[in-house]
Amino acid sequence: MATVTSTKTAAKPGIGPGWPKPPGKNGSNGNGRKRFGGGKRFSKDTYRITVWILMAAIVMMFVALASSYIILSGNEGWRPVRMPRAFMVSTGLILISSITMTAARRQVRQGQRRKYQGWVLLTLLLGIAFVVSQIQGWQQLVAAGAFMSGNPHSSFYYLFTGAHGIHLLGGLTALTYLALRSGQVLVGEANEKRMAAIDAVTLYWHFMDGLWVCLFLLLWLWK
Amino acid sequence: MAEAIHEVHRHPAPTGFIRKYIFSLDHKVIGIQYIMLALTAVVVGLVMSVLMRMNLSWPGTNWPIMGTLFPTGAPGGVMTPEFYLSLVTMHGTIMVFFVLTTAPQGGFGNYFLPMQIGADDMAFPVLNMMSFWVTFVGFIVLLTAIFAEGNLTVGSWFSKLGESFAAGSGTVGPIGGWTGYAPLSALGKIAGPGQGAGVNLWIISIAIFCIGSLLGALNFITTLLNMRTRGMTLMRMPLTCWAWFTTAILALLSFPVLLGGGILLLLDRVAGTSFFIPGGLYVSGSLVPLHNGGSPLLWQHLFWFFGHPEVYIAILPGMGATSHILSTFARKPIFGYRAMVFAIFAIGMLGFFVWGHHMFISGMSPYSAIAFSILTLSIGVPSAIKTFNWLGTLWGAKIRFTTPMLFAIGFVSLFVAGGITGLVLGQTSLDFFFHDTYFVTAHFHLVMGVASIFGMFAATYFWFPKMFGRMMNESLGKFHFWVTFIGVYAIFVPFHAMGMVGMPRRYAQFGEYEFLKNTHGLVLFVTVAAIITAVVQLVFYFNFFWSIFKGKKAGDNPWEATTLEWNTPSPPPHDNFAGIVPVVYHGPYEFAVPGAAKDYIMQTEPEGAA
Amino acid sequence: MGRVLGFAIWLITLGSVGMFVSKRWWFPQSISEHGPLVDRQFTITILVVGISFAAAQIGLGWVVWKYRDTSAAARATYSHGNNRLEVVWTVVTAVIFISLAVMGQRVWASLHLHAAPPGSYTVEVVAQQFSWNFHYHGKDNVFGRTDPTLIDDSALNYVGLDETDPNAKDDSVVSTLVIPVNRPVELILKSKDVTHSFFVPQLRFKQDLVPGMAIPVHFTVNTTGKFELACAELCGMNHYKMKSYMLVLPENEFNELVSLPQAKFQARKDELLNKYQLPQY
Repeated sequence: MATVTSTKTAAKPGIGPGWPKPPGKNGSNGNGRKRFGGGKRFSKDTYRITVWILMAAIVMMFVALASSYIILSGNEGWRPVRMPRAFMVSTGLILISSITMTAARRQVRQGQRRKYQGWVLLTLLLGIAFVVSQIQGWQQLVAAGAFMSGNPHSSFYYLFTGAHGIHLLGGLTALTYLALRSGQVLVGEANEKRMAAIDAVTLYWHFMDGLWVCLFLLLWLWK
Repeated sequence: MAEAIHEVHRHPAPTGFIRKYIFSLDHKVIGIQYIMLALTAVVVGLVMSVLMRMNLSWPGTNWPIMGTLFPTGAPGGVMTPEFYLSLVTMHGTIMVFFVLTTAPQGGFGNYFLPMQIGADDMAFPVLNMMSFWVTFVGFIVLLTAIFAEGNLTVGSWFSKLGESFAAGSGTVGPIGGWTGYAPLSALGKIAGPGQGAGVNLWIISIAIFCIGSLLGALNFITTLLNMRTRGMTLMRMPLTCWAWFTTAILALLSFPVLLGGGILLLLDRVAGTSFFIPGGLYVSGSLVPLHNGGSPLLWQHLFWFFGHPEVYIAILPGMGATSHILSTFARKPIFGYRAMVFAIFAIGMLGFFVWGHHMFISGMSPYSAIAFSILTLSIGVPSAIKTFNWLGTLWGAKIRFTTPMLFAIGFVSLFVAGGITGLVLGQTSLDFFFHDTYFVTAHFHLVMGVASIFGMFAATYFWFPKMFGRMMNESLGKFHFWVTFIGVYAIFVPFHAMGMVGMPRRYAQFGEYEFLKNTHGLVLFVTVAAIITAVVQLVFYFNFFWSIFKGKKAGDNPWEATTLEWNTPSPPPHDNFAGIVPVVYHGPYEFAVPGAAKDYIMQTEPEGAA
Repeated sequence: MGRVLGFAIWLITLGSVGMFVSKRWWFPQSISEHGPLVDRQFTITILVVGISFAAAQIGLGWVVWKYRDTSAAARATYSHGNNRLEVVWTVVTAVIFISLAVMGQRVWASLHLHAAPPGSYTVEVVAQQFSWNFHYHGKDNVFGRTDPTLIDDSALNYVGLDETDPNAKDDSVVSTLVIPVNRPVELILKSKDVTHSFFVPQLRFKQDLVPGMAIPVHFTVNTTGKFELACAELCGMNHYKMKSYMLVLPENEFNELVSLPQAKFQARKDELLNKYQLPQY
């Protein structure tokens, strides 16, 4: 096994050389890379686990907001607002961007760096187009006389799009980072790290897509 | 095989003062920063509680110094009811958020979770640093709320931000309790003094705090799942790690809900929305225009969905520390490790389904109240399991009465005393009488307030030698324990008696009501006990800071404990284990193992070598 | 140290239990039909609580006393626990706690899961910052129309009563709650501004008044007299003095009072308020 012997003398019990392999399932994982040690703090799982945990928190916040929406719907003073056309366009845009992101991930896995670069750029552009379309949606709301204040249903339009938008900006930042770095040829751990990052960003981007679709359907159908 | 050791590329220790002590990425420094924040915040909260007691015992008394310090809150030295209520609000908010959430989790969790699982740092050091500084900003914003309401000059700065920020109402902070029930908190300054800029800042502060806690929770969970050292299986983790892990999950799932609720409340105040404000309100002599369609109960649901897990966020780390310390000084393995893990998880998870017990009489459906009530009392079961197991741990032990052990035993006693009245308050029929009386105040102060703090005192005395390389003074520590232990009982047991006669919480004075007149002696007794107990905390502060510089030098393992943090120098080097990866062979509490050379086996001690 | 600590824990237990046993500070008298049931449920609960509390504390004191380090060479007992014991105490506490929880719903269910019985006398309660309004329907048994836009405190129209409504002609709005003895009473609880809470300690009853909601509650009082009514939900700076009285009258006195028109109602109510005394505390 390619392990480095410590240059430091092990002065304490339990950490000197020559002891048997410890029991427990978190020992060596067979490819010479340890969960921790050998100087490799990076584990492939880190980004994925983190994104899942992050998504749990975001889901909780939107569950809270969506329950508020459902509780307040139908209250006295609730006047349904027509779904602006721009939000339908945005929905289409973000759905397509999910597909292009999947394509990007597939290309990079197959080692098609150039194609990957194209798809990731396209995803980024679609993401930006989504934001533009959302802003257009706000303009259409204002034109229709639906403002932040006043009727809770119109407030929720702004609240949902705004809160989703802030979280989407995080996704866009990550996509921009990937796109900027997409030209680089990476090997070894750096490459592994990038693959993990791409996996994580893809996951988050699909999540943003799914979240928007839920919010969109709620605003559109549950009046 | 030379598998057992590896050289770790140590990320070099920072050298500059700022990177080392201020914007440090080291989880140990960040942990101490959190502890220092809590030590600062708790002074503010404690002083406020003493002022509250003074106002309750001697209403209308002229305290010239108060008039000087708070010309608007206590004009001429006499405390106003508004002043009292803002103390109530700020005391609760500061204690719950900036003491009971920061010290147990952000402080000790940050410092010792990575060490106890054998990691060299948190998974995301930068995130960790941000989580502290975000929390710190939240604290500053909360303190600003005091001045925005109470100081005309500061108030006028905030007035420029818009009408809802108009303040300078003459109180010293927002009024609304730490629960900030809408629509009182949503209507703005028409609802009376203390409802202006202070409340906006209060909400913003809590929102900021939520973000800080979320960053922390994300880090804790990832670290624990992904960075445990070799041999550190989940079931070999110290119970402290289980407590911090469960707490992080609670924080992760509950703070977003409060954040969402806080955003809605802030929008109601500054953007004219109506999430919590129904139509047709008539406040302070005029009809409230424009608002329509909101629900005051919605705020309570959102708040308590967070608020109930929050009380477990405060106490679970204390439970973890208590289990850990009891076992160490009982020189005996923890009784029922698996049951303890199960119980801590059960308490955490059940905690998400009982928020309605704060709302029995709020106007919510009486059917859901029954469901919430039965779920609430079922939390008593895992809590009882924990108590039994603590007693089981001490049974047949060989107890060393160090200061941390005294506080840990105190924790068990206080946890029982405070927790068990949950059986009274959790019943819908008894809530007819007890809701919002001093019985409630007694219950939660004992269990989530004082018991948690005892857990943290125990943790402080226990880990101080590891953190600073010196021991705290035992005699001062014991003196501190005795006065505090008897003091908190003297303060909070009489609260039950006040609850029995129906004394309502959050009353600035009791003189208005005949049915409260028999309680005057009790109120006075509590005040005296509170002042003595509060003053004695100075001994702790002195001991803490004096010992950092002058305490007796501590060895690597002064308590003869077993877990990984005792397997490295005190204080630990920058990367925790000096470039060596600890390998774990044993469970966390191997004390008094028959046939072993010593009465404890460290987790790193290899099989057979003992 | 072990002996001192064990002894201190026992003393604290004794003091805490003694405070309850002495009943020096206890519920005020009960005046409602459901009151004794609440008190009984509390007695059962406090017995369970008291016994568990005392057992746990005495046990804690005992192990602390008994197993202090006497510096003998012997080690502590090596034990990782006992699964059978674990199961036993889990089941026992679960059975006790859940039974308590189920029993604790009875009074609640009897008051909250049923509509007010027929023949109840209905009063609308409208709370506002730091005072109470009680709206009586008068002889016609129908409340006059109310509308928040008609509320005008300066014109003394505190509940927004529509004077043009014929049903409002005989309505009265007063600041004291007057109810008949031994007859079910239904209160419709409303708030004009923020959340308040209706609390009469002798009644063993408490309910929030939430703006935007009209919450119907009912109970029967079996003792005449004058009792203090307090607000139990933080409602602003003068929360501590948002006080009124609940006057419980014999049937004939009550009927005579509520048949009076507003101005006389007010005067007669004030007379009665002086006639009855608060209970001795």
